[in-house]
Amino acid sequence: MHKEFLMGNAAIALGAIAAGLDTVSGYPGTPSSEVLETVAKHNDGHIYAEWSVNEKAGMELAAGAAYCGAYSMVTMKQVGLNVASDPLMSLAYIGVKGAMVVMVADDPGPISSQTEQDTRTFAAFSKLPCFDPSTVQEAYWMIGEAFEYSAKYGTPVLFRPTTRVCHAYASIDVLDRDEYKTHENGGFVKDKRWVIFPQLSYNSHIAIEKRNRELGSVFSGYKRNVLTHGTLSRNGKRLGIAAGGISYAYVSECIESRGHVPALLKVSTPFPFPEKLAVDFLSSVDEVLCLEELDPVIERELVFLCGKYHLDTVIRGKYTDDAVLAGENSADYTKETVCRFCGYDVALPAALPQSPELPKRPPVLCAGCPHRASFYAVKRAMKVEKAVFCGDIGCYTLGNAMPLDMVDTCLCMGAGVNIAQGIGRIEPDTKCFAFVGDSTFFASAVTGVINGVYNQADMVLVVLDNSTTAMTGHQPHPGTGRTMMGEVVEKVDIESVLRGAGVTVVETVDPFDLAHAIEVVRQTAEKKGVKAIIFRSPCAVLIKPSKPLAIDKSRCTECKNCIRQLGCPGLVLDDEGRAMIEPALCTGCGLCAQVCPAHCIGGAGND
Amino acid sequence: MTDLIITGVGGQGIVLTSKLIAAAAMEKGYDVMSAETIGMAQKGGSVVSCLRIGNAIKAPMFPKGSADILIGFEPAETVRMLPYLKKGGTVILNTHPIMPVTAALTGGSYSGSDMVHYLESLDIRLVSLDADKLCREAGSPKVLNMIMLGAAVNSGVLPFTLDDAEAVMRKTVKPQFAEMNAKALRCAVTA
Repeated sequence: MHKEFLMGNAAIALGAIAAGLDTVSGYPGTPSSEVLETVAKHNDGHIYAEWSVNEKAGMELAAGAAYCGAYSMVTMKQVGLNVASDPLMSLAYIGVKGAMVVMVADDPGPISSQTEQDTRTFAAFSKLPCFDPSTVQEAYWMIGEAFEYSAKYGTPVLFRPTTRVCHAYASIDVLDRDEYKTHENGGFVKDKRWVIFPQLSYNSHIAIEKRNRELGSVFSGYKRNVLTHGTLSRNGKRLGIAAGGISYAYVSECIESRGHVPALLKVSTPFPFPEKLAVDFLSSVDEVLCLEELDPVIERELVFLCGKYHLDTVIRGKYTDDAVLAGENSADYTKETVCRFCGYDVALPAALPQSPELPKRPPVLCAGCPHRASFYAVKRAMKVEKAVFCGDIGCYTLGNAMPLDMVDTCLCMGAGVNIAQGIGRIEPDTKCFAFVGDSTFFASAVTGVINGVYNQADMVLVVLDNSTTAMTGHQPHPGTGRTMMGEVVEKVDIESVLRGAGVTVVETVDPFDLAHAIEVVRQTAEKKGVKAIIFRSPCAVLIKPSKPLAIDKSRCTECKNCIRQLGCPGLVLDDEGRAMIEPALCTGCGLCAQVCPAHCIGGAGND
Repeated sequence: MTDLIITGVGGQGIVLTSKLIAAAAMEKGYDVMSAETIGMAQKGGSVVSCLRIGNAIKAPMFPKGSADILIGFEPAETVRMLPYLKKGGTVILNTHPIMPVTAALTGGSYSGSDMVHYLESLDIRLVSLDADKLCREAGSPKVLNMIMLGAAVNSGVLPFTLDDAEAVMRKTVKPQFAEMNAKALRCAVTA
């Protein structure tokens, strides 16, 4: 054993490798992506690692591997679990032969997600055991234990860290390579158990319910579910706090130096709930505060147990508005809430004098981002048309910001292409555009295209092909020709996919050739049926920038058109309030030079 | 236990500074936890790193009024995180402001000297330096984080010395940049 300073996601990856991981698959999504990347980085060659085309594909691949007796893991963010839920719900009935961990990262806040979906609730829905670590160190050990329970009970299990565990760093104990566990796979053995049929499902359903009852009792003895007795009473009532995840870490820090502390129940397996342990806790206190993020999972279980065992313990939390309904539990919020409940002195720091107004720094498309050029070309082409612009998930969602203002809808991965069709059915006089990135195209927009072609929809699909999965940290995908095993493979060509699906109008354009791009959009939008424009230009972060441009001040008319039209971070105001190009940011993409009515933007050195 | 906040704008090298401090503290036998909040991180956004050094740390982030030292790479970002500083805590401040990338569009510019004056008016231990100027003297904008780290170590709040910081820096950066960084680490001390 030795110490390493690791990100939570790296700890999960190394813990999985130490547990005997054979296969990892997944789809990128914040805050989960570094798990798979770390496995790939530390792969000595015996692990198969892939970025799958989407979460469903990753889930099914991991299931297949586990059918052979392998230890497999699939990684995704919480909304990705919805994409993979079809195989998962059935897999819960089929089970696995080796071991399989479904690593789903939740994102309280949400910090970079569409929703505040709670995988602990999904665990109860899918009837699968769920592990919820509260620190980086705990995540390292717990992922290994998740594999052990999975192997022992022959079921996939969920492992659910949140952003503050995934993206925290800590100096933790990790195993040396000679301490890693190994196991025999045994291979795939043909058996009726792998074929889901009504009779099998009926029998499995009973077995699952009985197993989960047993696990509720087994988990009461699991060392990471902890009951610490307390001595704190208020108004004659004995107090207790129930918490899980990062909230538990904040609570324990907040109460550690106090004279009298409340009883503390730490729930690391929100499903099946450690019933016996929780009943011991409830019997020892009169009033309980539940501190957890997202859904009131612990709270609901405690309320349920009070009913089942006729306990008159008062349960406070989200249902009673004693805890916030949404967002993350910060260290500040947790401290204040715990102090108020326990009657501790909160000792808030003294307020500071009013500071000068602070600048906002909203996220923007990078200088030189090809999406800016693509959005701008469509905006110009559709200036006088009635048009709707359906967006999707990725960096290009930022196309909604001013001055581009080119994202009218955004729902979930791949939705834009179908939403555009739906709007077109009700408003046939509207030009319906759907913007989708290359990775999202492969993940979940292809079916929408086929739907549109088959049902004779009238729409323009715009594929923003920057040859990477930029938003989540530049992962490869089928169009990049690289895999996570380091192989260079044949690229899956977007134009061929579209033509194969029956799209007859497919135009591939460089978005930085502005006049041409505008003309192509205009002409394409006039045609009938499902049309596609592929704007192809690599992500600005991945290529060596060209020489920065500069504004010829002698010819600049100070119209500020460049700034107002494009909103590029490379275009700033100088000390005299005139537009200038920040050479440290400018990538020389040349878009502003094509927008400038005075033609005064050019190569550096002309001012 | 020593609690730190390191803050500034994306691209200034804040995450690397946090890692170097963590490594130097671990060399001294301390445990370290940290957390970065970088939002939908694009270049030019606010970046905050919380770092905790000690031997019984439970959580990577801490409540307001806790930080022993705030290392501010940019004046407005320093003021933004000031509530996290404990009473009488130390602030290492780079006085050079960075305008938001959207300032040209929204008119959201601000005065860096207003921020500096505000900080000077408070009951804190303030160490100000024009680190960007020191960078120019050192010949590279890339040593900004070394200058700030050097000033922080020099304040005596961190549980390790400049020699310790230099040792971990030499393990991290490419050998051809080690001398320049070593010099930058000490330039706030000699300036």
